[in-house]
Amino acid sequence: MKEFILIFRHENATGKVSPEQMQAWMKQQMDWVGGIAAQNKFVGGTGLLFDGAKVVDHQKMVTNGPFGDIKETIGGYVIVKAENAEEAAEFAKGTPILQGEGNTVEVREIAKH
Amino acid sequence: MQSQDLIPHLFRTEYSKLVAVLSKFFGLDHIEVAEDIVSETFLAAMETWPYQGIPDLPNAWLYRVAKNKTLNHLKKHQLFNKKISDGFKKSNSWIEELEVDLSEQNIRDSQLQMLFAICHPSISTESQISLALRVLCGFGIDEIADAFLTNNETVNKRLFRAKEKLRTEKIQLILPSDEEINNRMEAVLKTIYLLFNEGYYSERSETLIRKELCLEAMRLNFLLLENPLTNQHLTNALMALMCFQASRLEARVGGSGEIVLYQDQDASLWNNELISRGNYYLTKAAAWPVISVYFLEASIAYWHTIQEDSGEKWENILHLYNQLLTIAYSPIAALNRTYALAKVRGKETSIQEAEKLGLSNNHFFHMLLAELYRDQNPAKVKSHLQKALELCKTDSEKKLIEKKLSQV
Repeated sequence: MKEFILIFRHENATGKVSPEQMQAWMKQQMDWVGGIAAQNKFVGGTGLLFDGAKVVDHQKMVTNGPFGDIKETIGGYVIVKAENAEEAAEFAKGTPILQGEGNTVEVREIAKH
Repeated sequence: MQSQDLIPHLFRTEYSKLVAVLSKFFGLDHIEVAEDIVSETFLAAMETWPYQGIPDLPNAWLYRVAKNKTLNHLKKHQLFNKKISDGFKKSNSWIEELEVDLSEQNIRDSQLQMLFAICHPSISTESQISLALRVLCGFGIDEIADAFLTNNETVNKRLFRAKEKLRTEKIQLILPSDEEINNRMEAVLKTIYLLFNEGYYSERSETLIRKELCLEAMRLNFLLLENPLTNQHLTNALMALMCFQASRLEARVGGSGEIVLYQDQDASLWNNELISRGNYYLTKAAAWPVISVYFLEASIAYWHTIQEDSGEKWENILHLYNQLLTIAYSPIAALNRTYALAKVRGKETSIQEAEKLGLSNNHFFHMLLAELYRDQNPAKVKSHLQKALELCKTDSEKKLIEKKLSQV
C-alpha cells in the first residue's frame, strides 16, 4: 500500500471564523480523520500554525506571511495509506475543509526510497 | 475466619511476600530456594496448627518459621560459605546482614522489584504472566493451568523457561534506574493488563477464577501506585481502566455463561464502588499533560459507566475513539467507533462507514451490522448473524449469537 499526503489549501485564510464555526469544523475534521483511522489507513497529520509564519523569497528576504500577496496558504496536511491516488482522492472528499469555497486538497504520493 | 479457609487465604496473601523477600535475600538466581523454603513453611503450618492451635498472629508465625528455615538452609548449604567469605571481604558485620528483613517496607519494595524482574523484556509474555501468577499472586500450578485452559506440564515449562531467563540474563532484584523504570513501565503495565484481560475475557464461565485474575492484576498495579517512582500517568490510567471494566464483571456474563452485551446489561449489577475508584484514578491520570492509549480507553470506559443514553455521552465516546484510532488502530476500536457513530449520526451513515472498514472476516463486524440493521431489515440481520456464527470461535459467543438469531 502506498502513502499519500493530502495537503489542505485555503484561500483567504484570514482566520475570521467564529469560535462556534471553529468548534463545528474541528469536530467534523476529527470525525473525518477518525473514519480514516478506523480503516487503519491513517498515518499522521497535523495543522500548521499561522502564528509567526514567515515567507522567505529568493533574495533571502523574510516577510511575515503567508498573507498579503499570496492568496493561497497551506493549513495542514494528513497522510493516508491507499492503493492508488483515486482512493486517496476519495478520502479527501470527506474533509470539511472543502466546504469553504475556493479551498482545495492536493493529493500527492509520497516518494519511498 | 474458618480454619479451612485460613491456609488458602494466607497462602494468597503471604506466599508472594515471603518469596519476594527471600529471593531478594538469596539473589534472584536462587528463586527456587526461596520458593521451597516458603512452601516448607506452609507445610509446617499444616503439620503444627491442627494440634497446637492456630496462632494469634498466623502471618507472624509464618515469618518466624520462614526466617528460621532460611538460616538453617544457609548453615547447611554452601551458600553460607559464600556469604561468609563475601561478607568478610565487604565488612565485618555480615551477621547482621543475615537478618531477613520482613518489614512492611521491605516486603513492598521486594514485591515491586520482583514485578519489574518478571516483566523483563527477555521473558516471553506467556511466561511472564505464569510467573507473575505463581510468584506474585501465590497461584498454584493447577490454578494457573486452569486459568489458561492448559495443563500443568505446559505451565511448568513456561515457569522453567522464565526462571532460566532470570538466571541467564542475570536479572537482579533491584529497581531499575529512573530512566530505565520509564522504559520498562510500559512492559510492566502490559503484563498487568494482559493478566487482567485473561480474567476479564476468559472463556471460563466460573466467575470466581475470572474475578481473582482481575483482582490480582489490580493488586499488582496498586503496588506500582504505592511507590512515588512508579506512580505515573500510565499507572493511574490503567488502574482507572481496570476499575471501570471490573465494575461490569458481574453484569457481562449471563446465567448460562453467555456474554451479555453492554446495552443488554442489568446496570444494577454494576459495582458502584469500583466505578468511583475508577473516577478517582482517572482524575489523577488527567493531571499529567499527556494522552495515552490507557487514558483514552479509561475515558471511554468512564462514559460507559453512565447508564443514561445522551447525545453528550456518545459524542464524547465517538471523539475518544477518533483519537484512540489515530494513535493505536485495532479492529475492535474501529467497530466500537462505528457503533458510537450510529448513536451520533444515525444508522445509515454508520452502515456506510462500516462497509469501508475491511473487517468482513471479523465476527464482531457482522454482529455490529446485525445491530445496525435491527428494526430495519430483518433479512440482513439474519444473514449477518449467521455469518458471525460461522466466524466466531468460542462457545460463549456462539450462545450469544444463537440467542440473537432466535429473536429475529
